[in-house]
Amino acid sequence: MKLDSRIPGGPIETAWDRCRFENKLVNPANKRKYEVIVVGSGLAGGSAAATLGELGYNVKCFCFQDSPRRAHSIAAQGGINAAKNYQNDGDSIYRLFYDTVKGGDFRAREYNVYRLAQNSVNIIDQAVAQGVPFAREYGGTLANRSFGGAQVSRTFYARGQTGQQLLLGAYQGLERQIDAGRVTMFPRTEMLDLVVIDGKARGIITRNLVTGAIETHVADAVILGTGGYGNVYYLSTNAKGSNCTAIWRAYKRGAAFGNPCFTQIHPTCIPVSGDYQSKLTLMSESLRNDGRIWVPLKQGDKRSPSQIPENERDYYLERRYPSFGNLVPRDVASRNAKAVCDEGRGVGETALGVYLDFGASIQRLGEDKIRERYGNLFEMYQRITDENPYKVPMRIYPAIHYTMGGLWVDYQLQSTIPGLFVIGEANFSDHGANRLGASALMQGLSDGYFIVPYTLGNYLAGTQLDKVSDSAPEFQAALSGVQDRTKQFLNINGSRTVDSFHRELGKIMWDECGMARTAQGLESAISRIQSLREEFWQNVKVLGKNEEINQSLEKAGRVADFFELGELMCRDALTRNESCGGHFREEYQTPDGEAMRDDDNFSHASAWEYQGDNVTPVLHKEQLEFHYVHPSQRSYK
Amino acid sequence: MRLTFHIWRQPNTGAPGKMERYESANMNPDMSMLEALDVLNEELMGKGTEPVVFEHDCREGICGSCGFMINGVAHGPQSKTTVCQLTLRHFKDGEELYLEPWRANSFPVLKDLMVDRSAFDRIIAAGGYVSVPAGSPQDANALLIPKTEADRAMDAAACIGCGACVAACPNASASLFTGAKISHLGLLPQGQPERNERALRMVRQMNGEGFGQCGNIGECEAVCPKGITLENIARMNADFLKASVCERPKSGAAEDAA
Ligand SMILES: Cc1cc2nc3c(=O)[nH]c(=O)nc-3n(C[C@H](O)[C@H](O)[C@H](O)COP(=O)(O)OP(=O)(O)OC[C@H]3O[C@@H](n4cnc5c(N)ncnc54)[C@H](O)[C@@H]3O)c2cc1C
Ligand code: FES
Repeated sequence: MKLDSRIPGGPIETAWDRCRFENKLVNPANKRKYEVIVVGSGLAGGSAAATLGELGYNVKCFCFQDSPRRAHSIAAQGGINAAKNYQNDGDSIYRLFYDTVKGGDFRAREYNVYRLAQNSVNIIDQAVAQGVPFAREYGGTLANRSFGGAQVSRTFYARGQTGQQLLLGAYQGLERQIDAGRVTMFPRTEMLDLVVIDGKARGIITRNLVTGAIETHVADAVILGTGGYGNVYYLSTNAKGSNCTAIWRAYKRGAAFGNPCFTQIHPTCIPVSGDYQSKLTLMSESLRNDGRIWVPLKQGDKRSPSQIPENERDYYLERRYPSFGNLVPRDVASRNAKAVCDEGRGVGETALGVYLDFGASIQRLGEDKIRERYGNLFEMYQRITDENPYKVPMRIYPAIHYTMGGLWVDYQLQSTIPGLFVIGEANFSDHGANRLGASALMQGLSDGYFIVPYTLGNYLAGTQLDKVSDSAPEFQAALSGVQDRTKQFLNINGSRTVDSFHRELGKIMWDECGMARTAQGLESAISRIQSLREEFWQNVKVLGKNEEINQSLEKAGRVADFFELGELMCRDALTRNESCGGHFREEYQTPDGEAMRDDDNFSHASAWEYQGDNVTPVLHKEQLEFHYVHPSQRSYK
Repeated sequence: MRLTFHIWRQPNTGAPGKMERYESANMNPDMSMLEALDVLNEELMGKGTEPVVFEHDCREGICGSCGFMINGVAHGPQSKTTVCQLTLRHFKDGEELYLEPWRANSFPVLKDLMVDRSAFDRIIAAGGYVSVPAGSPQDANALLIPKTEADRAMDAAACIGCGACVAACPNASASLFTGAKISHLGLLPQGQPERNERALRMVRQMNGEGFGQCGNIGECEAVCPKGITLENIARMNADFLKASVCERPKSGAAEDAA
């Protein structure tokens, strides 16, 4: 496998323009002769399917939910970045580019990031034209807020429902194409394999989640916009259905997997309350603007927070990072919370939590002001915990939130399999080792509305695509592979439920491949995952049959893939002997506990190539070059 | 905490269904209703009984996947709360709960508590959008929209499409859902060019799907987890009436050009 990033080179400001000019075009009359599959209807898949339909391609779009409108993108709260500089506060495309490369701890490709910053501006125009009701000022202009430690105010938002509103915009565009007959939608349909013929992606195998029918779909190109894989940890802020199956199947068909160990942990989530917990709820990062984070100075101090006097509290972020204080980036805030809990100073019943205290702000600004700023978040917190955060400090703890890793793609967003494009959270591009807040929505829409529609055309116009049908041996082999696997799940008839395996896998991943990692821990995780996987294939219990709605069967397939991906994540973390962004290896830290990057040896993206089951995959490296933003140590002291 | 559940079990759309009784002593007041069903399902599977099927995804009250009747009320007793966010604190130890799927002809039951809401997608496909191609818009701030208008549009756009409104309505009307989308777009300047056409097509699609007529009873508003108000139905009716009066056959020339 040879990695060719296909970066246009030359001045970065005009690179995308030149690329678009050099890309071949498909004659408008020929577009309808092409069949294109889009898997996923989130911001990435939904916007791509709508745009390709509008361009005239024959599009089939798939999602596992009952409606494309329910893709996980709907849950994004905070906002979307764009370099509009509407606030005249010094923002520019170059600054957004710079912040993203630096925020990603110098592990992303400069040319991709620059293009993302350029497209950000068009996204806002597009969304407003669709009727997305962004927040506005009294004068009628769009409002902005600052987010995730950025020094400029460039985040656009629709209350706490930005993802919902952007997704509904894309969804409505998609429904318009469905109405026009240009897109055929397949909801409640799960992709279970990719079909590759003559080295090119030519279709997929799916299971109808209502009837159980396992079917083939032939195409000229396949686009995956299937989201992130944070649920490998079982507990995460992701929707319950989010999974890695589509990208994992593609990996096993030859698509390289980029930076699998790069995951993001969000510092402000509601802590776990019991072992029945099914998912974690995010509390917006904006709370850190007015809340002060602390734990008791003494270990095991079980007094209620109001009884702990000021001089027995440790405002550890303010103490350690006097200039950024409570506003340090996500990875730093998360790691510090873990450290104080590891010292036995965590709060709440499980002692896995820290206080986020609004007492001082309420005293200074009044309860009304705080209610105006965060009222809906406080309400949500109270609904879940039954505690009143106006009176008692909130308890928060970090949780898995986003995966920067994903299938490796070149500048054209094509994977190492020609004709297989990967967009949104499912690919590895743009965010390096750490994603900035409000940048995922931007990336998904940039990929779907403004990049893949051009690069797909270039591929189709420049590739000899022979006619194939689903009687081809590759289709038949993939089809029977899926059928056999489904039967196997149903026939094991063991004694443990899928969820119980998933929880155990998640715990291993969280303990050993979560906020802090060590070589020893990762090695032990790999062997524990292997034996748990073995047990799974012998002892999992899936009741019912294939020819019906069978949620345990759906979960079994997803968890089986999570086992394999989890192992690859540990392997990737083990080979990256440095700390960068969300990847913190305890062996590589400064004397005062900060991450130590190693640019001499690790200034690359890792791309793993599958070699067969139970065979160690091969690691390829894409060397990263920085011509514009020169790598520096991040410091928030 | 101990609860007794009476849950609607139905293997598929064609088959008959019935209420089954299950008990669990492993409930906890801090659990969400869906976590309670997770725990119950683990217990059922332990005994070799197939788990109860229910729809869910985000578990944060935003995707609109979840929803069923609890003791006859859509999404249960807490106002403005979906079942995924409803905790067991709202129930007493030993209480009996009756869980049933949304009941409406236009929402056939697929299995247990899961129904088919694809009619909602078809209503949106009948004009619930602004016809703007990707790549051609003007600068976003070239269009000034008064904050109050934008806020009202956002109130309507907050609908999550869960279907509680239909389930609560004695006539199984989808007017709140349809009205919310017609209002969202109709309140904004971007939605004006297609406003009449949109109202006509969406309302006709809604009726064609077999949803009942709105009788202004207001049950929908009472159960809506996002607080969508009846005002949206009034706006839909006004737009539909106006559009019906103004409706003219489309000119052939314009059709050809398109
Ligand atoms: C709670 C929360 C809050 C967030 N807030 C923000 C924010 O404020 N700003 C920001 O920028 N980002 C935010 N993010 C991140 C952002 O929401 C996601 O990264 C982004 O929406 C992902 O979009 P996507 O289109 O790539 O994938 P998704 O929206 O996850 O869509 C995946 C699609 O793929 C389909 N799919 C998956 N697997 C299969 C399969 N095998 N077969 C068929 N279909 C399949 C699904 O049905 C779905 O349609 C947040 C994330 C979370 C969890
Ligand atoms: S599961 Fe998404 S709203 Fe309840």
